[in-house]
Amino acid sequence: MSSRDAILQRLRHRTGGELTAPECDFSVLNRPEWSTAEKLDMFEQTIESVHGEVHRTTESGWIDRLAEILQTRGAQTLLITKEHEIGKALRSATEGREDLPHLLIYDEPVESWQETLFSDVDAGITSTRGGIAETGSLILWPSVDEPRLMSLVPPIHIAVLKASELYTTFHHAMQSQNWAAGMPTNALLISGPSKTADIEQTLAYGVHGPKELIVLVIE
Amino acid sequence: MTETAQQSPHHIDVKEFHPRARAAIHNPQIRQNFRKAMDGLMSKRKSAFEGWDLETLRDLGANIRLRALAHLPDLLEQLEQKLTENGITVHWASDGDEACKIVRDICLARNAKTVIKGKSMVSEEMELNHYLEEQGIEALESDLGEYIVQLAEETPSHIIMPAIHKNTEEISQLLHDKTGTDLSHDVEYLTASARLQLREKFMNADVGVSGVNFAVAETGTLCLVENEGNGRMTTTVPPCHIAVTGIEKVVPKLEDVTALLALLTRSATGQHITTYFNMISGPRKANELDGPEEVHVVLVDNGRSTIYQDDELLDTLRCIRCGACMNHCPVYTRVGGHAYGTTYPGPIGKILMPHMVGLDEGRHLPTASSLCGACGEVCPVKIPIPDLLVRLRQESVDGDKLHPAKVRGHGAKRSNMEAMIWKGWSWMHARPGIYRMGTRLGARFRKLQPGKLGGWTQYRTAPKLAAKTLHERIKERSQ
Repeated sequence: MSSRDAILQRLRHRTGGELTAPECDFSVLNRPEWSTAEKLDMFEQTIESVHGEVHRTTESGWIDRLAEILQTRGAQTLLITKEHEIGKALRSATEGREDLPHLLIYDEPVESWQETLFSDVDAGITSTRGGIAETGSLILWPSVDEPRLMSLVPPIHIAVLKASELYTTFHHAMQSQNWAAGMPTNALLISGPSKTADIEQTLAYGVHGPKELIVLVIE
Repeated sequence: MTETAQQSPHHIDVKEFHPRARAAIHNPQIRQNFRKAMDGLMSKRKSAFEGWDLETLRDLGANIRLRALAHLPDLLEQLEQKLTENGITVHWASDGDEACKIVRDICLARNAKTVIKGKSMVSEEMELNHYLEEQGIEALESDLGEYIVQLAEETPSHIIMPAIHKNTEEISQLLHDKTGTDLSHDVEYLTASARLQLREKFMNADVGVSGVNFAVAETGTLCLVENEGNGRMTTTVPPCHIAVTGIEKVVPKLEDVTALLALLTRSATGQHITTYFNMISGPRKANELDGPEEVHVVLVDNGRSTIYQDDELLDTLRCIRCGACMNHCPVYTRVGGHAYGTTYPGPIGKILMPHMVGLDEGRHLPTASSLCGACGEVCPVKIPIPDLLVRLRQESVDGDKLHPAKVRGHGAKRSNMEAMIWKGWSWMHARPGIYRMGTRLGARFRKLQPGKLGGWTQYRTAPKLAAKTLHERIKERSQ
């Protein structure tokens, strides 16, 4: 008998007899209905408590704010998407202005340019599928256009979040977006920059992923 | 599980708990490192749950786990089916050895020479690193704590913070000796050095091996909880990802993970959530630009299906591996994780490891507890750990040969003398006349009572028998 069948058989014919499943009441996760402003305040407060940075901006002002942020950090290259409106807007904005770093489009399989990605890219910018106020989290569903490593390998990760897409809790976000109907290859909650406390519980940022997480909130 | 006792990590003799505990208690550095860390973790947990109806949330956590266990075989089949539909290959392993061989075969088929690992306690249980090294495959830990422990050629002393037994000076010296970094106590510098060393390894690794926190049956999704990003690297950069997990980690609904995640991170480190919650539901699709081309899941039994047979012991399988029980354990805090000599230390180790190593080798584990109850009170899924400790103590001295043994090594600690004394004790207590005569004799000859009573009087004065028995005194009062 295969290990699979042996394990399943043992589980099915347990000596203690059949088990009864208790009811699960999820109402303890419910929160009162918060306004967008309240959710944004909560989100900002929570993510900043774990070293994330929040900049409130607008549809027309975010590129200027981004340029400022990247300039103060001396970023030379910014990784962008090919198809998403964020990438497109940045590409058209660079024409005629010099305060934006060199834009690099992630449009080839990582194998062909892994060295460059790991050592020569200063920042990456991605969209989000919303945020979670209670835990200060960003929801990311990496895609063909926005591959997984964009939000992981460069030392600075910039995420664009629409304030109107903030949810109160993870449970609420998952239910509203009906995740159970089908999940992508990879889905993520990101709540702050990469960190560790493995050396005597002393916090250090950027251990494997980004050292900085900057959220541009479009109000 | 195979008949022969599985050997403990690096062949440490689990039985030698007492000498190791004594040595640890007399090591001020270990005492200090653990005390500091555990105090911090307890207060962080407390503040993380402020404003929550914690009891109701723990009830939900317990019910979610119990519901999953009630349907375990069906859920495993559903999980297998969903994962397969998603393009993930599913393997089953009866024990650690079989799981190791499965990982090796996947590596061999890909001609893989180097494996990079994310944190996985099941892989520690399997002693995977050791096995792969023997097969000529390099296995490198990438979680900073695990990396430190591996460089030191040690095992983790805590399931969440593997290198908690070392302080900054010790780690700095270790990194200096093994990797040539400067002798600096700057944690930022030490972390940055490890980042550089490991980035190179991530790029060149042929296979990434990770654990799993929750496996969701309805969508075929593997959930990983982490702060560093090494878990994401491990599961994204190498061309092949192998996830190893115990069979009990499956939950029916995606919704279930929201409550378990809320409990897990707050209980473990006092975080509202970890930096990354990584949900993997398949390998790289044809037009995607990164991610592994192959994803495998190894479902490991290793004694779990045996625990599953018994209604009481089954509760052990609710565990979500947060480590809160060890953070709050007065014994663990004093002796540290290595004294136990087991993959899982602390209270959860004391109720889980006897099933893996047997009650003979693990004879001291259930008794390394004052039964203070702290572990049961903080457990996010309400495992009655103290009750299970008592049950295992019972199992280890039980002489019942009529019923099949529930735990391997059943009765290993039984002493005929002790059994006889207790038999006499219960015989006497069931006979009032003889009982009274006994207590009267005790009172009359109390001068003969020895002043020293072995271990009991090592740190205490011996209690003295009263001049008159309780029965005599009550009789006097009522006259």
